[in-house]
Amino acid sequence: MLSPGNPPRLEFDTDDDAQIIDRVAYDFGLSRRTFVQVLGAGLLIAAAAPTLAQQRSPRGNQRQQAKPIPLDARMHIAKDGLITVMTGKIECGQGARAEIAQAAAEELGVSRNVIQVLMGDTDLTPDDGITAGSRTTPTTIPSIRQSCAAARSLLINFASQKWNVPSDRVQFVDGIAKHNDQNFTYANLASESADALKAGAPTDVTVTPTEKWDVLGTPAGRPNARDIVTGKHQYPWDVVRDGMLYGKILRSPTYRGKLKTVDVAAAKAIDGVTPVRDGDFVGVVAPNSYAANLAIEVLEKSAHWDPTPLPSSKKLYEHLRNQAKEIPENPFAETVRGAPKKLRATYHVPYIQHAPLEPRSAVAQWKDGRVTIWTGTQNPFGVRREVAVAFHIPEDRVRVIVPDFGGGFGGKHTGEAAVEAARLAQAAGKPVSLQWTREEEFTWATFRPAAVIDVEASLDDKNNLSSWHFVNINSGPSAIESPYRGKNHSKFVGSDAVLRHGSYRALAATANVFARESFMDELAQVAKRDPLEFRLSHLDDLRLKAVLEAAAKRFTWTERRGKKTENVGVGLACGTDKGGFVAACAEVAIDPAKNTIKVRHIAQAFEAGAIANPANLLSQVQGAIIQGLGPVLRESIELAENKVGNPSFWKYSVPRFADLPTLDVQLLNRLDLPSAGAGESPLIAVAPAIANAVFHATGKRLRELPLRIPEAT
Amino acid sequence: MAQPFVATLTVNCRRTTLTTPGDRTLLDVLREDLHLTGTKYGCGEGACGACSVLINGKRTFSCSTPISEASGKQIRTIEGLATGDTLHPVQQAFLDEGAFQCGYCTAGIIIGTVALLERKPNPTEDELKEWMNGHLCRCCAYPKIVQAIQHAAELSACANLGRTSDSQTTPQSR
Repeated sequence: MLSPGNPPRLEFDTDDDAQIIDRVAYDFGLSRRTFVQVLGAGLLIAAAAPTLAQQRSPRGNQRQQAKPIPLDARMHIAKDGLITVMTGKIECGQGARAEIAQAAAEELGVSRNVIQVLMGDTDLTPDDGITAGSRTTPTTIPSIRQSCAAARSLLINFASQKWNVPSDRVQFVDGIAKHNDQNFTYANLASESADALKAGAPTDVTVTPTEKWDVLGTPAGRPNARDIVTGKHQYPWDVVRDGMLYGKILRSPTYRGKLKTVDVAAAKAIDGVTPVRDGDFVGVVAPNSYAANLAIEVLEKSAHWDPTPLPSSKKLYEHLRNQAKEIPENPFAETVRGAPKKLRATYHVPYIQHAPLEPRSAVAQWKDGRVTIWTGTQNPFGVRREVAVAFHIPEDRVRVIVPDFGGGFGGKHTGEAAVEAARLAQAAGKPVSLQWTREEEFTWATFRPAAVIDVEASLDDKNNLSSWHFVNINSGPSAIESPYRGKNHSKFVGSDAVLRHGSYRALAATANVFARESFMDELAQVAKRDPLEFRLSHLDDLRLKAVLEAAAKRFTWTERRGKKTENVGVGLACGTDKGGFVAACAEVAIDPAKNTIKVRHIAQAFEAGAIANPANLLSQVQGAIIQGLGPVLRESIELAENKVGNPSFWKYSVPRFADLPTLDVQLLNRLDLPSAGAGESPLIAVAPAIANAVFHATGKRLRELPLRIPEAT
Repeated sequence: MAQPFVATLTVNCRRTTLTTPGDRTLLDVLREDLHLTGTKYGCGEGACGACSVLINGKRTFSCSTPISEASGKQIRTIEGLATGDTLHPVQQAFLDEGAFQCGYCTAGIIIGTVALLERKPNPTEDELKEWMNGHLCRCCAYPKIVQAIQHAAELSACANLGRTSDSQTTPQSR
């Protein structure tokens, strides 16, 4: 698996080691003193691979002349044996915390129970980059495993030298080095001096190979699960500081409206309320959120705004096409002209929103010119920069702490709530909690970009693909390349971002796979070939073939496709993105009186290398499929009268218990392949599988999400 | 601002009296005044169930309940379910099944399940889906939540058997 890595750097954190504590002043964003306060004295082991912060060139960010961070502490072993693993990644339900604990336990040879995982704190954890792109598993986990494997080697080497026996005669059992009746533990190691340990520092590091996994590869629950079921876990919304006030922001009644006038002083009529104005930024702080809401209602009465024109939902796709940068011509036009069969179609995907159940929030507290912010973000170091830039202060004056928060789905990459809370707290001179309402989240957060997708393809005289031309306007290039054999040209072109664009679980892969897999079905129809056979005959990728065959087999595709029942249809689709391979078969039932679609059954096969945590992987795949039903059946941001017209769970209808189909998830475990992240790719085959099933049931090809069966004319 | 109202709340068997505007929501008072933050805000309009509490045993959306209506009643929140270190059977079932991802909806869903099992100790899958349809889980952990509710029904039945084991009733095998 992983090749031998660099030897670890060792640093000590001892109350009595003046030299190291003196060096705190040279640290940027990392204080050993803080470590001592938080974790107690002990041994710090640096990240085995350079982290993003170390890689970032000082010249790369002119505005914030980042000094090199001398130490990216990856793990800390306290003198009592408690082991803390540190990462700048965050937990918002995707399961990183459990997997990190597993990875550390595996390499250290200890139980998961003696490991705590410290995540997303810009003062304490290394910058592992944004938690996105399914990168924790393929990038951060290997780094953690290397550091932990280094600690294990150090323990064994040191014990061998201490006992003067060759290291291969030192036994290693349950995290303890043993020889005859002598024992040496991680706690013992943490009590040795730095000089003594240097001799034992390993020269290379090898992580546990997959076939010897003991902890990885087994189901692991979330380490703080008990605090979730008791309500004890503090989400960002739940953070309370002494003397804390509640803030609220004055928002434009239309999207991106420009403030003309407002009588800010009027808010003072409410007891205890302080209005805050800084240019176009207007907010209030109050003793509780009730008073803050009242104060904002008062301000709304006196506020006047200039609206900014926003295309309506009806005009959206036309607008995106008109505003698109150069749309490329089909380079295979000649092939198409000469082909016996050819087809072109356009697909549409609307703006949708993540709608995490916990809306954005932040608690900000200033002290001595330094601000600490508790917020739910997938990008703690990015938010630190955002706040620093907003306040024209160096990054080391900002600490961002990310408690495990209530859902991200790619939608919490930015720090608007953090900046707003910090501005209010600065004005109030007290800690302020800013909690966005659902309506604010639906309007002022980011959106998955809408898409207009043009596809054109031709078939040769054997009904095989002879050319493929695919253009995505506005939504992105993820998974845009076709896995199917044949001349192919796929291109993304940007357009006018009508709303704030943001990442969304699987990014544009969902739109691109929806269009591609729907169009493959259309081509199979034209070719008079079975959709499964048509795909398989054009696929070279063995991993993609394997999931497609597995899903079809479990679903009994051939039998069910052949047996046509009125108003019932089956469809399938497959795709690959970010190292995950997925195929889905779906069965739908149509209510012809109401023109509604009921998804009855989904069989999905998924493979993303060696499975690190089967319980969590199952949760991610099940969750992605069901979450994926929303944008297929109902979700769409409505734009009308220059604003978001449906900023409420009553109007924007996400999947509920009643939508739950029979789910049949197969996880293929490829122990011979490195683990890839799996939070995103299981989403991408759902929409086209359902659209294809609707076509099978009704004979109507629906090329726009959400799928709406047109009224019979 | 509404007139100040003197509210007497019994929250998790503890009586509290406070003076506050009568139209303030129970959710705000629980979270901001009593610091019981286990009950969550999700939508503010009773569309997601994250704010569920039990009022006199009945599942209620605290985000849409003015404090004046909650006054004088018995309120139970997620913090009041466990007995010391012993989890309520519904909490235990959710823990056993790992029936959450981000966990933000979990408190409301556990409260909803407690209310469900009090009314229907052995709900069918359709009955439980219908009852729980007012609760949103954006991570869509619904399959494991359904399993956890079924598991909770079993654990609750066991707990009830334990409670009545000294009486004359003999457990019937089902």
